[in-house]
Amino acid sequence: MSTKTKKLFATAATLAAACVLAACSPDAGSQSSASATNTGSDTAGNNAAGNNASNCTNTITKKDLPVVTFWGWYPNMQLVVDNFNKQNNEVQVCWTNVGQGGDEYDKFQTAISAGTGAPDVIMIEADRIPTFQIQKALVDIKNYGFDAVKANYSEGAWKDVSIGGAVYGVPVDGGPMAMIYRKDVFDKYKITPPKTWAEYEQAAQKVKDAGGPLFGDLGANVPAVMMALQIQKGATPYSYDPTQPETIGIALNDQASKDVLDYWGNLAKKGLVGTQDQFTPEYIAGVVNGKYATYISAAWAPGYLTGAGVGKGKDTGKWAVAPLPQWDPANPVQVNWGGSAFSVTSQAKNPELAAKVAYGLYADDESLTDGWTNQIIFPLNLKALNSPDFVNLKVKFFDGQQANKEVYVPAANAYTGMTYAPFGQYYFDAMTKQISAVIDGSVTGAQAADRIQEDVVNYAKEQGFTVK
Amino acid sequence: MTLLIEESASSTQEKTRKVRGNVRLREHLMGWLFVGPFGIVFLALLIAPLGYALYLSLWQKKLIGGTSFVFLGNYVKAFTDPTFLSGVWFVVRFSLVAIPLQILVALAMALIVDAVISLFTRFSRLMIFLPYAIPTVIGAVMWGFLYSKSFGPLTDIFGLFGAPAPDFFSKNLIFYGLINVVTWQWAGYYMIILYAALQGIDPSLYEAARMDGASSWQIALRIKIPLIAPALLLILVFSLIGTLQFFNEPQILRYLAAGTIAPGFTPNMYAYQQAFGLANFNYGSAISFALGGVVFVCVYAFLFFTRKRRSFF
Repeated sequence: MSTKTKKLFATAATLAAACVLAACSPDAGSQSSASATNTGSDTAGNNAAGNNASNCTNTITKKDLPVVTFWGWYPNMQLVVDNFNKQNNEVQVCWTNVGQGGDEYDKFQTAISAGTGAPDVIMIEADRIPTFQIQKALVDIKNYGFDAVKANYSEGAWKDVSIGGAVYGVPVDGGPMAMIYRKDVFDKYKITPPKTWAEYEQAAQKVKDAGGPLFGDLGANVPAVMMALQIQKGATPYSYDPTQPETIGIALNDQASKDVLDYWGNLAKKGLVGTQDQFTPEYIAGVVNGKYATYISAAWAPGYLTGAGVGKGKDTGKWAVAPLPQWDPANPVQVNWGGSAFSVTSQAKNPELAAKVAYGLYADDESLTDGWTNQIIFPLNLKALNSPDFVNLKVKFFDGQQANKEVYVPAANAYTGMTYAPFGQYYFDAMTKQISAVIDGSVTGAQAADRIQEDVVNYAKEQGFTVK
Repeated sequence: MTLLIEESASSTQEKTRKVRGNVRLREHLMGWLFVGPFGIVFLALLIAPLGYALYLSLWQKKLIGGTSFVFLGNYVKAFTDPTFLSGVWFVVRFSLVAIPLQILVALAMALIVDAVISLFTRFSRLMIFLPYAIPTVIGAVMWGFLYSKSFGPLTDIFGLFGAPAPDFFSKNLIFYGLINVVTWQWAGYYMIILYAALQGIDPSLYEAARMDGASSWQIALRIKIPLIAPALLLILVFSLIGTLQFFNEPQILRYLAAGTIAPGFTPNMYAYQQAFGLANFNYGSAISFALGGVVFVCVYAFLFFTRKRRSFF
């Protein structure tokens, strides 16, 4: 048995064993075997795809060039990959979409544990980079052409994909946060966009007293929003010296974190905001039907909402965007939600070639323009970010409002980057659990923060970290 | 001469023995050959992974510090882990309600379909069975929409009485929401098993009972149900094992209600989350085996308490 076969066997065995007893029951059994098959074929696919491109979603025309495998989920990925392949005479990209966000991370995580089956280049959200970096699953690409593209991105963008001096990804899109709102609701109840969170609450109360819709939504399944809003008030969830990642500072129950959780818990308790999970048909239906006056979200939201059918028909042009409300308007803080990067995995057979793909993919004008005109991405590439066409774009979703110029670009420019958790999945799960408890009223926001802290610190210790 | 005969007789005997031995050997080989394909698949796809998972469950891998041998450490952790224990408690409670309900519904339907002979029997039998033919995932998605306040019929139905629709995705009602989905999915399947058992009963028994003046109710209660008791026990055990390993429906509905259905909602989901979400294959394997232990204990206890009536296994 070669090492590779052994590893493959081990993967298959682990996968099958994960639902050990599943074999006895028909329903659970099919589940486990389904996941085993999927990942198994991914594994085989990627091994095969090293030199032949039979498993790619895209068609590679320059067949004699070396191939770099890639996982990604942007809606216009096909076009972006084709653009890259057309323009490049050194390497070709073999692209597969293995799922969005968590679905992809689960597969990547499995491939990391198995030691085989990961692609050469992978799209991941910036907040997940430390999670994979600490498992040594990503390659520092600083020596593979970083200097040539350094000037194409802002400092904050680079900070989000860097750990210490090492660069673990190439920024592609960002999510500067803002407040999307319904103009018709605001006009009807005679309110102006709130500039502070205190005003936000007052406005919510005013709309409710007048019998209006919910003002916003506190979704348990979007912990990244809560994290960003906590950071906005001054929280520093994680701090560590990248040269000593085993010693980590965890501060999830400081006053700022408690205040923000209490603030939203309070809004929910008073019935000012909804408590629906976001990204669900239920939530979108609510948004379409005007159930929510605002949506605290990021720059990619208009594109997402348009794709989900919001702002069409009789609702055309009812939406507008305003800067994110602040705690202290004298010292505004801008935060980020989502946004992804292209990272080179440590399973890449030729990291240098893979880095070329990471740097070059979605960096050509044609792809970038397609991305931002169709509102698929809020580009971090300064070529696009600074282009007058992009800045002055009159966004259709916002009834011609120059959303980039007025809101998103200033927010992106003021963003200074964050430090993310090296165990993002666990942290977000713990957050979801406690936000859910805040929603059903079993704990206060402050208690929830304490519980998240306790939970995550225990996990960190169990995983061998020294908690400062 | 006698001696010769004797000799030849004994040699014939020996020959026969030899031939018989050869035949037996050949039969053995043939037997193994027939069992072979199954055996290989069984070993490679069930026993080997089980062994590997058992092996994995004895180790611990940390993000910092690597892998170490902890022997039963993961099991100690599992049985003191509130998430795992609450998951086990949930599936046990769920079994106690869901299984009797499913079986009662299945039994009632089987008795009706068996007793009433009309043009619609065939059709209704098929209709009752239909939910089982729908893949679990699609069934769960479908119910997800039916429970929705925006898309589902609940808002309209309860609106007729001026009441707000219940939210089956809330923490209080998710239990009943899932009971409903599972019963809908499985009752038809169990009905078919029971119906098949009912068809196997000799009709002359009914004739005799009727001659003795038994009513249809009496026939159902005193003849049909006792005679299909083995089939009832069989589906009880199946549903007990299946329910304790509850996974598909909550895992799918999680996409609609992540706040209510946590990753550790049921033990199987927790194992999945540990292994594939958090890359903790070791603890995930340990949870799987721990759940296996719970299932074994429950099934054994069940069989023990029903041992008198047991006529299968």
